[in-house]
Amino acid sequence: MKKYLTRMGDGERIEMTVDEMKRDLELGTQDAANRGKIAPLTQDELDYLLDIFTNPNKIVSVEPGNEVPLTHDIGTLRLMGDQGNSGVGIPLSRVQGIQVHERAFAADTMELGHIDYSFKPVKPVIAMEQQEMENALLSTIVPLFYGAMPNLGLYYAPDGPFGNPSDLLPMGKIQEAREAQEGAVEHATRDMIYICEKLYAVGCDGINFDTTGAAGDTDMKATLHAVEYLKANTDLAIEVGMAGEFVLGMHGGLEYDGVRLAGLYPHQQVKLVEKAGADIFGPVVNTNTSKSMPWNLARAVTFIKACVEAANIPIHVNMGMGVGGSPVFETPPIDSVTRASKAMVEVAKVDGL
Amino acid sequence: MPIAHGMAAGMGGIRTAGDLVARMQMTRKMRLKDAKAYVAEKLKVSPADLSNEHVMREVREELDIGIITSVPGCAKGIEAKARIAELLDIEINSVKRLKNKVRF
Repeated sequence: MKKYLTRMGDGERIEMTVDEMKRDLELGTQDAANRGKIAPLTQDELDYLLDIFTNPNKIVSVEPGNEVPLTHDIGTLRLMGDQGNSGVGIPLSRVQGIQVHERAFAADTMELGHIDYSFKPVKPVIAMEQQEMENALLSTIVPLFYGAMPNLGLYYAPDGPFGNPSDLLPMGKIQEAREAQEGAVEHATRDMIYICEKLYAVGCDGINFDTTGAAGDTDMKATLHAVEYLKANTDLAIEVGMAGEFVLGMHGGLEYDGVRLAGLYPHQQVKLVEKAGADIFGPVVNTNTSKSMPWNLARAVTFIKACVEAANIPIHVNMGMGVGGSPVFETPPIDSVTRASKAMVEVAKVDGL
Repeated sequence: MPIAHGMAAGMGGIRTAGDLVARMQMTRKMRLKDAKAYVAEKLKVSPADLSNEHVMREVREELDIGIITSVPGCAKGIEAKARIAELLDIEINSVKRLKNKVRF
């Protein structure tokens, strides 16, 4: 029986028959449907995914006319950063990096980001970031975001003023851990608002809150409160991008607008992000390295399709390494990446990547 | 990897109309179909032409809203954005700031 080249979730090349692919597509969509309590993909959609996977070409693409705008994360660090940010170490300034993205890579939008890419370290060097943003805005045309991670982990010991929940929880100090996290929410919200208002003052187009929820429900709560304030008090466009497919309950009791944050999946997250006032939402679906790409992509598309249907704002699905149906590998294979792009646009019907 | 996504599914930035569609999503929360329809109407082209380099190169040059190659005399950077703000009937924060600065 004919076999087709595809990959495992870690990027390893494998061969699968059509029957094997059909089985994994079915199991992938069913896994998402069961976990998210959402509808699985229809037979037509599964057949379309099968066509994408059995296409003999290395690279696939959307049909002409179906293209979508792209937003980015990590700013220009992919050019001048080190391997810690998957950067390629080219000695460029950040403004040059933005210009290269606009004019050499034909990016639809771009962003500026601090080398640490978290909000907290930006606060003491905000004037430097304002200056860089001013220079970039004068010389570029595409919309410019400032991107950073809420990263509430930096507010806990030994890096921050609050006790570390990862130390407190194993000791059974539940209340102390919760109080520390509530303190971190307050500080992070204040810091993010301070930084974003400074960037707005120099004409920044928008803010990308990247990897929201990385430190759990506290991370998301701080972000939603910052977004709410910024939308009420500035003209900044706001994109909220997630860290994982569901919100970890590091605190467990935190709510926004009466909804408990822990355990929310993308189609539920987007409703709160909309409520806070954000303009674009970037949902995440994690890739399982032990499963095939047909399994992973069917699963990711199922979650994102439900999110797109629930949303009233544009959905720009996260498609970096290890999320959105892309393999968990630092140099993601192009065959898998382009198949994920096509599936997200033409099956999940996203508004952007 | 962003290049792969751009080639497989991206609009093409200022080679085409990717920046303009993105601006409508950012400033008016427009979903993809609405954002493309809005920009297409303003540019007097079809939504499918928004990602057609052959059409958009000429449209961008005629409207003087910035093109990807370096042509002397064409609107660059903030100059192009000022024209885009007017064309799309939106506010662009950096353009707003420029107008405030030059209002003596």
